[in-house]
Amino acid sequence: MITPTHYMLLSAALFIIGVIGVMVRRNIIIIFMSIELILNAVNINLVAFSAQLQNQIGQVFAVFVIAVAAAEAAVGLGIILAFYRNKETINIDEMNLMRS
Amino acid sequence: MAQAIAFYVIAACILGFGVLVISTRDTVHSVLFLVLDFLFVAALYVLLGAQFLAAIQVLVYAGGIVVLYLFVVMLVNLKRPPEAHQDPHRQTKLGFGLAAAVLVELGAIAAYGYAHPAAAIAAPATAAIPVSGNTEQVGWLLYTSYLIPFEIASMLLLVAMIGAIVLAKREL
Repeated sequence: MITPTHYMLLSAALFIIGVIGVMVRRNIIIIFMSIELILNAVNINLVAFSAQLQNQIGQVFAVFVIAVAAAEAAVGLGIILAFYRNKETINIDEMNLMRS
Repeated sequence: MAQAIAFYVIAACILGFGVLVISTRDTVHSVLFLVLDFLFVAALYVLLGAQFLAAIQVLVYAGGIVVLYLFVVMLVNLKRPPEAHQDPHRQTKLGFGLAAAVLVELGAIAAYGYAHPAAAIAAPATAAIPVSGNTEQVGWLLYTSYLIPFEIASMLLLVAMIGAIVLAKREL
């Protein structure tokens, strides 16, 4: 029997994978993909509770999360392109213009 | 039983492809593993009875966002690998440590949940939805109770679209 706890543990594991990706990788495109993984983990939680409570409100919030993720990806990738045009790099260790 | 087998197979695929996304050297391979990960998350939504969200997941994530990522990977052609330059101030071990701390915390919460099983959560009394079918119910909620957040989300998407065009354009 699959309970919401199983879905929460899966979601937590996917969240941890995303956090490790953000912390460890230096390629900013892969960091953005890790953020997408984190948002997916949140969505799994929302949909699991929506199924458990037998109403669709969790799915409505998941739709909002997907909309925000799409906006974040568009703006973030625009920033990456603008930065690459100026500095010829996508390594976050070289993105230190604002470091004092 | 069949549901349990499906859940474990899908969960193993999600976690395995997630690890591959963050561990592959080649960025293009990483994006392709991300597509597979999104498709298995969509399968999980079908398993949970959220067919509308599964379709949205495939259309928006696997169809739209990943194509955006692929375009950026193709536009940003690197002469040297992005991981070559190593900042001596970077604390990778601290990153792993923080992730491990979060994992321990979540494990403690799960163990506490097993030890003290809460009473079954009662479904909140919501107004009856006069339609049947997953897509109709989600649409009904979006256009009645959540109309204002829906409009704000559409405004956010408009702002993000204009911002992305302004950022990515060479000169205005």
